[in-house]
Amino acid sequence: MKKYYRFFQLRFATGMQYRMASVTALTTQLIWGLMECLAYKAIAEASGGNLPMNYSSIVTYIWLKEALLVLFNTWAADNELFAMIANGDIAYELCRPVSIYSMWFSRTIGARIAEAIMRCIPVLLCVFLMPKAYRMTPPVNRVSFLLFLLTLFLALGITVTFCMIVYMLCFFTISPQGWRMVLTGAVDFLSGNIIPLPFFPKKFLFLVELSPFAYMQNVPFRIYSGDLVGAEIYPCIFKQIFWLVTLMFLGIVLWKQAEKRVILQGG
Amino acid sequence: MIEFQDICKSYRVARRESGIGNAVKSLFKREYNTIHAINHISFSINDGEMIGLLGPNGAGKSSTIKILSGILTPDSGTCLVNGQVPWKNRKAYVRQIGVVFGQRSQLWWDVPVMDSFELLQAIYSIPAPRYRNRLDELTQLLHLEDLLKTPTRQLSLGQRMRCEIAASLLHEPRLLFLDEPTIGLDAVSKVAVRGFIKKMNEEHKTTVILTTHDMQDIEAITKRVILIGKGQKLLDGTLEDLRLEAASAESETESSETDIDHMIARLYEKLNIM
Amino acid sequence: MKIKETIKLYVKYASVCTQSVMQYKLSFLLMIIGRFILAFSELIAIQFLFSGFSQIKDYTYGDVLLCFSIIQMSFTFAELFGNGFKAFSGMVKKGEFDRMMLRPCSLLLQVMGTRFEIGRTGPLLTALITLALGIRHSQITWNILTVWTMAAMIIGGTFLFIGLFMLEASFCFFSIEDTSLINVLTYGAKTHGKYPIDIYGKGILRFCTYVIPYTLIQYYPLQFLLGKTRSWYLAFCPLGIIVFLLVCYFIWQFGVKHYQSCGS
Repeated sequence: MKKYYRFFQLRFATGMQYRMASVTALTTQLIWGLMECLAYKAIAEASGGNLPMNYSSIVTYIWLKEALLVLFNTWAADNELFAMIANGDIAYELCRPVSIYSMWFSRTIGARIAEAIMRCIPVLLCVFLMPKAYRMTPPVNRVSFLLFLLTLFLALGITVTFCMIVYMLCFFTISPQGWRMVLTGAVDFLSGNIIPLPFFPKKFLFLVELSPFAYMQNVPFRIYSGDLVGAEIYPCIFKQIFWLVTLMFLGIVLWKQAEKRVILQGG
Repeated sequence: MIEFQDICKSYRVARRESGIGNAVKSLFKREYNTIHAINHISFSINDGEMIGLLGPNGAGKSSTIKILSGILTPDSGTCLVNGQVPWKNRKAYVRQIGVVFGQRSQLWWDVPVMDSFELLQAIYSIPAPRYRNRLDELTQLLHLEDLLKTPTRQLSLGQRMRCEIAASLLHEPRLLFLDEPTIGLDAVSKVAVRGFIKKMNEEHKTTVILTTHDMQDIEAITKRVILIGKGQKLLDGTLEDLRLEAASAESETESSETDIDHMIARLYEKLNIM
Repeated sequence: MKIKETIKLYVKYASVCTQSVMQYKLSFLLMIIGRFILAFSELIAIQFLFSGFSQIKDYTYGDVLLCFSIIQMSFTFAELFGNGFKAFSGMVKKGEFDRMMLRPCSLLLQVMGTRFEIGRTGPLLTALITLALGIRHSQITWNILTVWTMAAMIIGGTFLFIGLFMLEASFCFFSIEDTSLINVLTYGAKTHGKYPIDIYGKGILRFCTYVIPYTLIQYYPLQFLLGKTRSWYLAFCPLGIIVFLLVCYFIWQFGVKHYQSCGS
């Protein structure tokens, strides 16, 4: 356990250093979020308040998305790992007396949490001070905030286990970047990164909810913003746990296969 | 004819210290160090001469090459190559120079070498008959027959370097810069590359400026050596002069090594340029 | 004469690039599909959003589709031709740019030529589908002037984005590594430019006119295209991008000079 903590710590420290210099990154995110808020504001006015999510929930959803961007993005995932697989340095990793899956898992989570903390503090400070129409609201109550934190971690777990599967697929294809592009393009949309899931038509939403993607950022963000309340929350948590376990299992199975291949090919 | 007169070049480099605190500080205030990469260096080289530029890493060799090839403008001093100032009128100047970087490739990785060559023909707008002749000559001298149709990525390092050199010579430059051309090559390839460079010089009177850490390159190719250290010219003479200088360093330390690398190392230490 | 040769050389570059990419057919195909999906999901998003209402500030579903498609197309073309600028920091770091300076032809041509990437055309399909949908849903009277307006918007937009990419690349000369702010101006404009700019309010409209002239290729000609105004001269707004492009070019040139005196 201790060595995985070291990997976590190492990535955490490097993540910190890189992110200190990102005042511009903050500005970028604020502008980006604000533009989105403005668009939804126009949409809300156009629909006469007849939206599947109310405007202030949308604003909060958008700011959470910006603040915690790095936790849930699937497209800019740990590039080091991809490079390692592509150039064969993975052979060195295999020589270390650790389980690769657990090592990469802890590394990825470490990097993401570190970056997210560095980024979210300034973003949150700013968005709580925005003019009223674009201000992020505090959580509805203490219980929903705790549930938010819980589902946030589960969602992060699902995202990372999903990314792990994408890493593992790299061993089986000659064009990992291509697959990554296709997969992340789809996931971006299905996880509610482009528009929140409540805007999806019923039938489509039903299908998405059968996939793990509906249990990534969608759940915690909507709990926080008060869009997902009461008894609806608990089945979601249950499904999150289900997907976390399933994806992790799948990833480990894939890793075992990949390991065989790597050893056969000699790295 | 190259006239390199009293050239100076210094850089400002942002100082960066480790630790989170310093990272925060550097956001607001940056501190700079000035590095004198070239400090009043002068030399002149005649047409058809082959010279070796020698010195430890960071001595100012690559800055010198960059100035001579027009990539870098010096702070002060004058430089004339065949009557032209390298960093003025870039497009006209670079037609007459060829550069080989041993550590970098100018060939397209995934397409046959021939295609890279044809692109270069278009870039330098070399007339077709002239290009043919030149290509034939280079193919013969460097034994490229079987390589031209192969994608670069499938070539061995030695094969690739031969193609690299050919690529830099397609437009018949009068002046050739070689930056560590034999780095990483096996013995056979090294010998072939050295032989070819000498031949090029004999037949076309190509001026060659070579930088390398491989003393055997220098021994095999150049008669004249310019030693640079910490941005200054320390020696300009024959290889024999360099040997004498090194030998005097040798006697001080009472070492009995005769290997040229050891001699050079000792010389660097004596001159305090490491 | 010189223009002809330049174009010939560019085509040669493009064909070598394409040949390189074709060595990895599966990868190429996936990249195209991936980019198509990314763009297509945005189209679907608009579709989903518009199921709740029919008009957003005077603009119908068809109007928004047209706007989306024009921006998408401009951006795709800009990425196709200006991809070299986006890869520029890598070129500088790897010494590729030094090599370019050793060649007797235009630096811009070389930067743009060496990274021509045919795989970037994926979103074009989405843009064409959207365009067809948009034209069907809107009530534009098609004549020479409206066709010109649309073409000028697309081409002007392409040049606008190429100018921005060039600006981003110029930053590398001054060793500014963080280009996220300029990303807002490129990616941000692509993403948020799918709605006519005035829906974002007066402030943004002003910024997009006086700071970065997006409105010249979007809002103003769009007003004419959609028949919201009779001022025909708005159709010629996209020509103003030439000025913007010149400004970007001067900054680039300045950057090259700076690079020559400071090295990397």
